[in-house]
Amino acid sequence: MNVHQHDPHDEHDHGSELSDMQLRVRALETILTEKGYVDPKALDFIIDAYETKIGPHIGARVVAKAWADPDFKRRLIADATTAIGELGLPARSTHLIAVENTPRLHNMVVCTLCSCYPWDVLGLPPVWYKSAPYRSRTVMDPRGVLADFGVSLPPDTEIRVWDSTAETRYLVVPMRPAGADDWSEEQLASLVTRDCMIGTGLARAPGAAS
Amino acid sequence: MNGVHDMGGMHGFGKVEREPGEPVFHASWEGRVLAMNRAMGYLGLWSIDTGRFSRETLPPHVYLSSSYYKKWTLGLENLCVQFGLVGDDELAAGRALHPPRPVKRTLAAADAPKLLSRGSFDRPAPAPAKFKPGDRVRTRNINPPSHTRLPRYARGHSGVVEWVRGCHVFPDAVVNGEGENPHWLYTVVFDGRELWGAAADPTVKVSIEAWEPYLELA
Repeated sequence: MNVHQHDPHDEHDHGSELSDMQLRVRALETILTEKGYVDPKALDFIIDAYETKIGPHIGARVVAKAWADPDFKRRLIADATTAIGELGLPARSTHLIAVENTPRLHNMVVCTLCSCYPWDVLGLPPVWYKSAPYRSRTVMDPRGVLADFGVSLPPDTEIRVWDSTAETRYLVVPMRPAGADDWSEEQLASLVTRDCMIGTGLARAPGAAS
Repeated sequence: MNGVHDMGGMHGFGKVEREPGEPVFHASWEGRVLAMNRAMGYLGLWSIDTGRFSRETLPPHVYLSSSYYKKWTLGLENLCVQFGLVGDDELAAGRALHPPRPVKRTLAAADAPKLLSRGSFDRPAPAPAKFKPGDRVRTRNINPPSHTRLPRYARGHSGVVEWVRGCHVFPDAVVNGEGENPHWLYTVVFDGRELWGAAADPTVKVSIEAWEPYLELA
């Protein structure tokens, strides 16, 4: 009585481990559903929310607003949970902390112990964020990690790494690129990449915006 | 526990590999297992840190060779068995063989939107905060075999309290079955050279979030 539809897309997954996992997870869902512990429709809702509603576009909107509205930025840095609460976003944030990059300071976020990440504003983390290379190296060699992302900072820029060891979550407010002075918030949001809100990237230059 | 999950400062894992155009899920089972973890967490039988501990206690070779969502699958299976919700025989058979264990609540589809907003881990303080911003502190050298959120690389080191974040549920206690036992939580910042030695990049600072029992005045 597995109620969710078999997804033909899965047949295209590579390798036997994924097929094994498909069977294994389907078996677990069957058991949990038959025993009444989970409602597959609730699962569908959660999956859809993270696939279509909650993602880095939310954080980009927050950063663009901070760039465009100095008063909002002050409130965001002082108390991000409250400041973001004003925006009516789909997921309420809790224990959220915004940290601002400046010409002298670059912030990076990691979770060395697991994969803590600000889901409310960035959605689910990419595979690299959860990977052993990122988790092991960022606290010890952040410039080396930045090089993997093609980012090179001036040698005297201070780098601050935030290891997310508690339920506090960090959002990096990147520097606003030059050349977008008269841009609207919506236009500015197009310059804000997911990586620049984790600290492994910089905001796009206006000419490079996609 | 001093497990392989505690990765800060380890060598040998190679470069960070990005995936252009990465999808949210790489196969539909990943979404199912993520959602099942959230829905089963809603039963209220275990905390977020009990879930973390279920993955940390996977055998090291399994932890290191499993994808992220495979770890979530194995951890959830273990929790379901540990809490008497599912039998090993049921996992082997792939279907229910026994009546369910009574539970206080389950996640109905109508309640699922609530799960998108995180709960608060802030609790009333049982005592005033011992430290204040600017205090120089030393992290304790602890090596508990159970769950802790003090990473190995940051143990026994001197740093500065930068922020007091409130009084938060203490993961070490929760996972040991000692209740929430809330403690003050601080952002403690370390100089990179304090953590990694004199040859380390002098422009680097690293902070952790440390509960009061992890700290003593330096």
